[in-house]
Amino acid sequence: MLKVLKLGLYTSIQDLGRWGFMKYGVPVSGAMDQLSAVKANLLLNNNNNCALIECTQQGPKLLFTKTTQIAICGADMSAQINAIDAPLNTLLNIKANDILHFRKLKYGYRTYIAVKGGFQNSTVLGSRSYFQPLTKSNVFLKDELIEYDTINDFPPASTSSIAVNEKHFNNRLIQVTKGPEFELLNKQAQAYLLNTDFTIGINNRMAYQLKELLPNKMPSILTSAILPGTVQLTPSGKILILMRDAQTNGGYPRIFNLSEAAINQLSQKRLADVVQFELKN
Amino acid sequence: MLIEWPQQINEDILYNIKSFQAIIENHLSEFVVECIATYASLTIIFKNRNYDEIVTKLKALYKNKEVQKTEKGQLWQLPVCYHKSLGFDLDAYSKAIGLSIKEVISLHCQSIYTLYFIGFLPGFLYLGNLDEGLFLNRKSKPKLTIPKGSVGIGGQQTGIYPQASPGGWHIIGNCPVNLFNLNEKPPSVFRAGDQIQFYEISLDDFRQNKFSVLKNMPDA
Repeated sequence: MLKVLKLGLYTSIQDLGRWGFMKYGVPVSGAMDQLSAVKANLLLNNNNNCALIECTQQGPKLLFTKTTQIAICGADMSAQINAIDAPLNTLLNIKANDILHFRKLKYGYRTYIAVKGGFQNSTVLGSRSYFQPLTKSNVFLKDELIEYDTINDFPPASTSSIAVNEKHFNNRLIQVTKGPEFELLNKQAQAYLLNTDFTIGINNRMAYQLKELLPNKMPSILTSAILPGTVQLTPSGKILILMRDAQTNGGYPRIFNLSEAAINQLSQKRLADVVQFELKN
Repeated sequence: MLIEWPQQINEDILYNIKSFQAIIENHLSEFVVECIATYASLTIIFKNRNYDEIVTKLKALYKNKEVQKTEKGQLWQLPVCYHKSLGFDLDAYSKAIGLSIKEVISLHCQSIYTLYFIGFLPGFLYLGNLDEGLFLNRKSKPKLTIPKGSVGIGGQQTGIYPQASPGGWHIIGNCPVNLFNLNEKPPSVFRAGDQIQFYEISLDDFRQNKFSVLKNMPDA
């Protein structure tokens, strides 16, 4: 069992998402930065879709009651096992009753803790990702217990590790393609979108809002589908970048779509970070 | 991939989309991850990215499809309790549109609504054909929590909140039917093209869970 001793800021279990149910109004969910999540699973030789822990800004404090191996990839939150520094991007041996906790955030915004074989919380509509009301909470609860399989012995020491791609964390360019309503914007508005430094405002797993506004006279559209990575422009000029827990449809014009890599990179950005849209065909 | 129809809400487009969606799901199921219908569009997520090949296939399928216009779907009769304790905006709403509460309930129960698609929240039904007399713009300030089952009016639409959620609709009652069931496959029993009608139940029946969901073929 894994026991949650301290919650952290916004900690949940995620996999690669709940696919096939958008037509019933169910958001996809899944790890925000799927590149880092998959890396953590790869280190353990897990399936890419194994459920892991997503930590946001400030990590939790966790007690492992059984022997296992873990890997931590993504933001550097100064992980420690039993108060001793634990490196990112490599295999870590965990003995029964070891405590993992995090200290200062050094770079990035979200980090992933994968366990050998994946966390075994219950599957809802084909996914273990937390999403209320399908699961009882969006985030960890105090003293929550989560099952994982134990291992008998640690495998011989491995040197597997993954190099950090710095660009993944400090790239200011967010790669986008034109959204269905992009061409309805006038040339001036299009140029503004592509030549402005945008500051990240309020953000969560549903959407990242940008602080700069784009005043516009775009009409609402007939409610249509939206996906993780869709960028919406509201009548009041707000720019909303929809993320993994976004609703399945909306009525605001869709001006861009983020590439998968851009969604992953944006997930490592936080309040007040600066980004620029880069248009790809 | 986004496929758009003329941007209107009407039943011809609904049945056209519905027929095409069924054909895509039957013929291309091995490539399709999601196929999401809305009023006038289909959004499809494919597993592989050979779009040229897929577009050719889709065009051929669309050309050869037969629209099942007569396939109106089930008629569902769903209970709603319009007591003020559940329809907490009923007073203000009826004043705003200049009707009595009785008239509001009668108009709301009179129409047969067409289900266009499911979205917004798990199991939320997008219903068309709301009586014009009941139109009222959403509240300018959304409420933080609307209870599960709340029946509301927002602009030109009526709907039921399948789960508790923030929302800006005027709440006129509550429907005790579970619209989304995780243990069922699929989790929603409703299909685009189904017909929905509401009928009034008393607060006692609501509290004692005494109601039935009536299901008929429209012409039966």
